[in-house]
Amino acid sequence: MVRQPMKEYVVIGNGVAAAGCIEGIRSMDSTSGITVVSEEKHAVYCRPLISYYLEHKTDLERMHYRSDDYYDKMGCKVLYGKKAVKVDDLLKKVVLDDGTVLPYTSVCIATGSSPFIPPFPGLETVKNRFSFMTIDDTLALEAAAGQESNVLIVGAGLIGLKCAEGLRDRVGSITVCDLADRVLSSILDAECAAMMQAHLEANGIQLMLGDTPARFEKNTAVMKSGRTVDFDVLVLAVGVRANTALVKEIGGEVNRGIIVNDRMETTVSGIYAAGDCTEGNDISCGQKRVLALLPNAYMQGKCAGVNMAGGNDVFDKAIPMNSIGFFGLHAMTAGSYYGKEQGGECYEEKTDKKLKRLFTKDGFLTGFILIGETERAGIYTSLIRERTPLDTINFELLKQLPTSAAFLTENRRKIFGGVI
Amino acid sequence: MKRVYVNEEWCLGCHLCEYNCAFANSGMKDMATALKGKPIFPRIHIEGDEKISYAVSCRHCTDPICVKSCIAGAIARVDGVVTIDQNKCVGCLTCVLVCPYGALSPGESGVMQKCELCLKNSCGEPACVKGCPNRAIVYEERGEEW
Repeated sequence: MVRQPMKEYVVIGNGVAAAGCIEGIRSMDSTSGITVVSEEKHAVYCRPLISYYLEHKTDLERMHYRSDDYYDKMGCKVLYGKKAVKVDDLLKKVVLDDGTVLPYTSVCIATGSSPFIPPFPGLETVKNRFSFMTIDDTLALEAAAGQESNVLIVGAGLIGLKCAEGLRDRVGSITVCDLADRVLSSILDAECAAMMQAHLEANGIQLMLGDTPARFEKNTAVMKSGRTVDFDVLVLAVGVRANTALVKEIGGEVNRGIIVNDRMETTVSGIYAAGDCTEGNDISCGQKRVLALLPNAYMQGKCAGVNMAGGNDVFDKAIPMNSIGFFGLHAMTAGSYYGKEQGGECYEEKTDKKLKRLFTKDGFLTGFILIGETERAGIYTSLIRERTPLDTINFELLKQLPTSAAFLTENRRKIFGGVI
Repeated sequence: MKRVYVNEEWCLGCHLCEYNCAFANSGMKDMATALKGKPIFPRIHIEGDEKISYAVSCRHCTDPICVKSCIAGAIARVDGVVTIDQNKCVGCLTCVLVCPYGALSPGESGVMQKCELCLKNSCGEPACVKGCPNRAIVYEERGEEW
């Protein structure tokens, strides 16, 4: 490691992207100061595990993302319960809500996202209403939800349905509604969604699709359809919005997320961004997208950290991907799905319990949906991530079975006979 | 660092490595009691086609994507060995979604398991290598380290 002049790093946010950033910085620079601004009063934890907490598959201790001595070991100062209100890119200072000023050499914005709450009329009359994004949300929801509670969850996406799974054995009934006509509409097509819907319903989750609350009257939701739903506990999981304000205010480019390049640089000099607050390149479709996924958050953060410390790293392999199971039925999805009209092709295998769809376009695998059978799915994912030309492998074999037997012998020998 | 490597020309496809792996990680003293008549959950498996066969287990990558992707912070690379803390794992299968080699799979309890070179069990060195009748799996130093 080369000795460098001391720098001051500031990381705004304390989630997984921040952890990646800290580890990226420390891989290059073991001495300069790192200050972490953490709005939540918790050390970095595994945010996607909050539903597993409700399900008793983990607990607060095991949800820690890193060891208890992590920040000490990493030489970080963490400011808990503080919020950054301004980044001054000219004077290179971050201003916090309590007036604290933190000078920086480079700064990473890892502020994540916040729940989007539509302005439902009468929402203020609902006493027991919750979002489902943080540990604090989860503990509050846990305290309010009893064995007899009827729970209404607005939003049948990843967050709403994982919440439903986590709560099922703890409450009396669960109804999930969504304006979309299917569950998991961001990752599943209609037929795959129908399969998952049937499974959810068989496991006691009541679904009201194509319908959403028009207004609330205390413990009753009056739906757009005119139906009413009585509930004791309301969970709002309609969607999330990237927290982009710090960059937007100083004229940095922002769309649905903070625009970053493959080095995780924003359009403002000295300011990097990583994680759910960003919009980076999705190589499965060649467009900028918010890819709010833990693996991408870590990899973006790490890349940002390396570059903040003077290194030269790129993260240019981001794709959407999800591994998500409900009540024992697992779905994995990745990439982009192109229909025939867009020049895409789809290979399909289907039985009552399993479904496989592989989407190809221009000689590349661009996406897949697997339900029920997910073994070795990472072999498919890596074909998308690495943009492997399908004419260099035995794709006919791979369609049926993800296996490295479909690779060229020399490549396979490198994998199983070399250091990778 | 020593790793497990495969000579695919020598693999007979006999699947003994799978049984030796499952036994070594069973914690039991007798192979028949551990495995007979039960489904096995080895951390190595045979793949191939009609022409070749070879054993697949964790490559202990120098920059492992499973570690970076684990949503439970349960996978780490310690002294070159990619290990999983099964107490933290919730069985979300994200590691299966990202591993380019198909080297991770759920164990009997639904929690993930992977090859840890038999360093945590009583075998002390890879049981798949020890029991391979044709030296198609070896445990040795190859290539550079960082």
